[in-house]
Amino acid sequence: MNVSMTINGEAVSREVEARTLLVHFIREDLDLTGTKIGCDTSQCGACTIHVNGKIAKACTLLAAQADGADITTIEGLAENGEHHPMQTAFWENHGLQCGYCTPGMIMASAAFVRDNPGASEDEIRHYLEGNICRCTGYHNIVKAVKQVADAAAGGA
Amino acid sequence: MSTRIFGSGIKRREDPRLITGEARYTDDIKLQGALHMAVVRSPYAHARIVSIDASAAADLPGVRAIFTGSDIGDLAGLPTAWLIPESDLKTPEHPALASDVVRYVGDGVAIVLADSRYQAQDAADAVLVDYEELPVVVDPHEAAQAGAPQLHADVEGNIAFRWAPFDKDASDAVFAAADVVVSERILQQRLLPTAMEPRAASAQYNAATGELTLWCTSQNPHIHRFIVSAVTGLPENKVRVIAPEVGGGFGSKIPCYPDEALVSWAAMKLGVPIRWAETRSENYLTTIHGRDHVQFVDMAASNDGKILGVRATVYAGMGAYLSTAAPGIPTILHGLLYVGPYTIDNVYCESIGVMTNATPTDAYRGAGRPEATFLLERMMDKVADALDMDPVALRRQNLIPPFADGYDVAAGLTYDSGDYEAAFDKALAMAGYDDFRAQQTQALQEGRYLGIGVTAYTEMCGLGPSQVAGAVGFQGGLWESATVRVTPTGKVQALIGASPHGQGSETTLAQIISSELGFPVDDIEVIHGDTTETPMGWGTYGSRTTPVTGAALAQASRKLKEKARVLAAHLMEANPDDIEYADGSFSVKGSPDQAQSIQDVALMAHLAWNMPEGMDPGFEESQFYDPPNFVYPFGTHIAIVEVDPVTGSIDLQRYIAVDDCGPQINPEIVAGQIHGGVVQGVAQALCEGVIYDDNGQLLTGTMLDYCMPKADMFPNFELGETVTPSPHHPVGVKGVGETGTIASTPTVYNAVLDALSPLGVAQIDMPLTAAKVWQAIQNANGGN
Amino acid sequence: MWPQQFDYQRADSVESALAAIGDNGKFLAGGHSLLPAMKLRLSTPDQLVDISRIDALRGISSNGNLSIGGAATHAEIAASAAVGAACPALAQACGMVGDQAVRNFGTLGGNIAHADPASDPPTALVACGATIHIQGADGSRSVGAQDFFVDLFETDLQDGELITSISLPDCSDCQCAYVKLPHPASRYAIVGVAVCLKMNGGTCAQADVAVGGATVKAVKCAGAAAALVGSSLDDAALAAAAAALSDDIGDWLTGDVAYPEAYRSAMAGVFLKRAISAASS
Repeated sequence: MNVSMTINGEAVSREVEARTLLVHFIREDLDLTGTKIGCDTSQCGACTIHVNGKIAKACTLLAAQADGADITTIEGLAENGEHHPMQTAFWENHGLQCGYCTPGMIMASAAFVRDNPGASEDEIRHYLEGNICRCTGYHNIVKAVKQVADAAAGGA
Repeated sequence: MSTRIFGSGIKRREDPRLITGEARYTDDIKLQGALHMAVVRSPYAHARIVSIDASAAADLPGVRAIFTGSDIGDLAGLPTAWLIPESDLKTPEHPALASDVVRYVGDGVAIVLADSRYQAQDAADAVLVDYEELPVVVDPHEAAQAGAPQLHADVEGNIAFRWAPFDKDASDAVFAAADVVVSERILQQRLLPTAMEPRAASAQYNAATGELTLWCTSQNPHIHRFIVSAVTGLPENKVRVIAPEVGGGFGSKIPCYPDEALVSWAAMKLGVPIRWAETRSENYLTTIHGRDHVQFVDMAASNDGKILGVRATVYAGMGAYLSTAAPGIPTILHGLLYVGPYTIDNVYCESIGVMTNATPTDAYRGAGRPEATFLLERMMDKVADALDMDPVALRRQNLIPPFADGYDVAAGLTYDSGDYEAAFDKALAMAGYDDFRAQQTQALQEGRYLGIGVTAYTEMCGLGPSQVAGAVGFQGGLWESATVRVTPTGKVQALIGASPHGQGSETTLAQIISSELGFPVDDIEVIHGDTTETPMGWGTYGSRTTPVTGAALAQASRKLKEKARVLAAHLMEANPDDIEYADGSFSVKGSPDQAQSIQDVALMAHLAWNMPEGMDPGFEESQFYDPPNFVYPFGTHIAIVEVDPVTGSIDLQRYIAVDDCGPQINPEIVAGQIHGGVVQGVAQALCEGVIYDDNGQLLTGTMLDYCMPKADMFPNFELGETVTPSPHHPVGVKGVGETGTIASTPTVYNAVLDALSPLGVAQIDMPLTAAKVWQAIQNANGGN
Repeated sequence: MWPQQFDYQRADSVESALAAIGDNGKFLAGGHSLLPAMKLRLSTPDQLVDISRIDALRGISSNGNLSIGGAATHAEIAASAAVGAACPALAQACGMVGDQAVRNFGTLGGNIAHADPASDPPTALVACGATIHIQGADGSRSVGAQDFFVDLFETDLQDGELITSISLPDCSDCQCAYVKLPHPASRYAIVGVAVCLKMNGGTCAQADVAVGGATVKAVKCAGAAAALVGSSLDDAALAAAAAALSDDIGDWLTGDVAYPEAYRSAMAGVFLKRAISAASS
């Protein structure tokens, strides 16, 4: 079947098997490999992307379900060659180690802070229950997200 | 030596590619025309293969080939590479595909090669295997008993080894004479390493050149090259192993697995590239597990609180086959650690490696040392309880006094340096220990159960002297090598044999070079992970990359600096003895305006227009570094918890960690290692644990059931440090990759048991889930 | 993992969806219960009919009764002011499903059709007296939530039938709450308890209680409710209700190695008290 969508501002259209998971469509058909796969059961969040502005686990959607959608992946988060503030904050705060959970972590956190400027540390920790990191112990991830959340509240 | 860059928490140079999604991990690399491999895996933990019918599978769309165990006779079995001595070690054969008997759920019996990943899995599901079930045993203690189901004909009684290098009579005498002996059966439950990137492997073979390239998720590509060469029969110089970006390892990407051998073999057999990536479900079934000890531990003490001896009998579950380094983990890396930071004069360990119908175990973060530290710290609290002493006072009384250059302990090791009481005091001050005890008493009157756990630890890492490796049967060296290569324009490429995969070593090692040679840190690239591009190295594990590779780089840098000094003197027509160095600049003593920058010197060395007599052109040095001893980081960790006695839920309220890893090259990276390590260790105490049923089925086969720690389980951590340099290391540093994991499990466990002591609970098997804590409370007081 | 092959169609109306569905077909709304099962090949439909874009299934309306479209997402329900006012327990339960990404796509209709006993919304729906509205080829029908959930992963929904909406009586004069003890790994409920109370002064005039997680389905707990009615929700009444609760759920109790039945049963009583406390605050 044919699926068409906008990914990182570009219209794409491909023939796929109906069962093609969105994450495989993005990684294999479009070669946007920044979106990762870390589990089979929608727990880890390594595949987190934005679908029509909302965070989604791309391993739990069919490409067909995203037909017509506007999608942003980690490769499309930076604007005009400038890192998104969440990318900058992760870098500055050592919010990553092996980097495998990082794209999903940043995509989830960017949407969260957009919707919840000024979020507290507890809210951040609770929100991140859908994104698992094995390296950092979350300490510096929370610090990074808090920094952006504080800045977003200050600018509002 | 400039110290500004050394000790600075600069941002990591790895991160720009990682935060943008541009980094390429193994399964991100497309190979033109590649087939995808799927593995048909046993659904039974122990069964005889009666027949395999792949005919229906072969007819499915996209299927190019199917191979079973009988087809791969030219692929040798996977070797065990840590052959511990004087232990009657048996190494049962581990074929890449089972052709006769399967021994754990997930054991491979066939591979399918197909055009797409989905088609490969469809066909794998369609391969019909007829099994005759055999009896199963998964508990290592049970498996070692008479009458247990037997896994391998050549491993009698399932006992793969029995390692007990200590003097049993001396131990028995100490225990017989002691005032107090405390005992406990400790379960070090199986854990799933769960690197967030599952394993993957892709292979390409060029028949014309006879060269095989294997991309794989490896912590040690040179070891992978060695083993892939051995199992395929290809000469080692025709095998190129590339570990591209690697998404965490924690030990699970040290071993060479059947899958890596099979993609290599299939690429050679079919002449097309082969890709394979495991799913998380496969990862939990077939990637090594950690820990799995059943320990029977005793500690002896005098009435005045002197610890006299520790002894343990350890049944260590090896799983169905002996993984690459498995025998060394519950022995060399475990029993030799029984002294810890204490003045314990007598230790005894008998470690029995037992084959079970379970996934093979191997090194998992800490590898043997967490299991040792836990038993020591648990028994310290039990001794304190038995003597009615404060557990902090007991520990302090037994700490080894400060030493700067060598301290021999009863387990046979020579610690390098330590000032345990300084770290101990600092952590206690940060925690406010005395105040906490008052709060705890007050809270108890309000029906609230607070607890504190205090762990003093030291551990052995920076593995290690190669002579020791040989003596303990490790089938390799443990040195590292590095080349510092400076281009004519003064930019640096550092090539290392180790293979970091999240540790930030590209940054840390660049800081070492910058601090030694004066090149700006941003001008230094650290290149790793490709056996063709990099010099030989034994890999990144055992908290060894900063200590061992870092030392190699420091020494290579010093060679270059010396060459630069002589060349600079020559260029400035000065005596080399009159040359002063500061911040990347060589000047003549007394004439500070006359100077040559390190970049100037590098250019002139490359041009070689005007060299001192006898000096070779170029500006590059290599160094092989074999450490003279291990390094021994140490510290004190403290946890404060509250237990809800109604539900058994545990709230980790504070976590204080004071660690001493010598001078910190990048304190932010050090802190990150401790944060992550602590969470892994805390998770062992509180929530992680493999559960098999009696049939050997993995009940914790996905993240729905296996509890990965999540952000909301933790407070912000409170970190402190002391700085005690290693006397034998060129820049004094010790490893820090595993200390958090080693120290934190007993810290939190003891805190919970401290909270529960008013309720009469003295022991609970890990993990301390709410249900187990609740049940223990019910059992202790009858539910009242 | 990934699913076996199937055909995919997108329906633009309930009628076309019902016309399209075949013998081994399944309706796909958010897919956040169905796709995980299909990826593990525990569910192998040969056809999916995507109903997520049918407008008639999407809305939330509050007009005396609360009506929630079968394809409304958990996130929409959790954030809905109308649901928050009329039935806070359901908003709380939907806000505890999975994580934000799951709630953004998972739907209430899909959730209850799947009928995972450890999921949160069914328990709230049973306690709050929801009605499930179902349409099939032969017409439409309505079933009370209590009767809709039949057994483990088993509902009253017949092959080819579609959940069009879920309605709830207006509960704005009651006090209701859903609380749970989450499984540390999956965050599904080890025990979930929903209560819906009507207070007359200091006296409990009416009570409804449901338990999930500890049971093979969301179970309505009449004994516990009866112990509360007429009381001032004092400690003795709470203790009596907790005791009655273990009888209410006894036939349906479930457990596993990590969280055995005895623990879940005890926690049901604990979380009943916590639910009442949450409802009353």
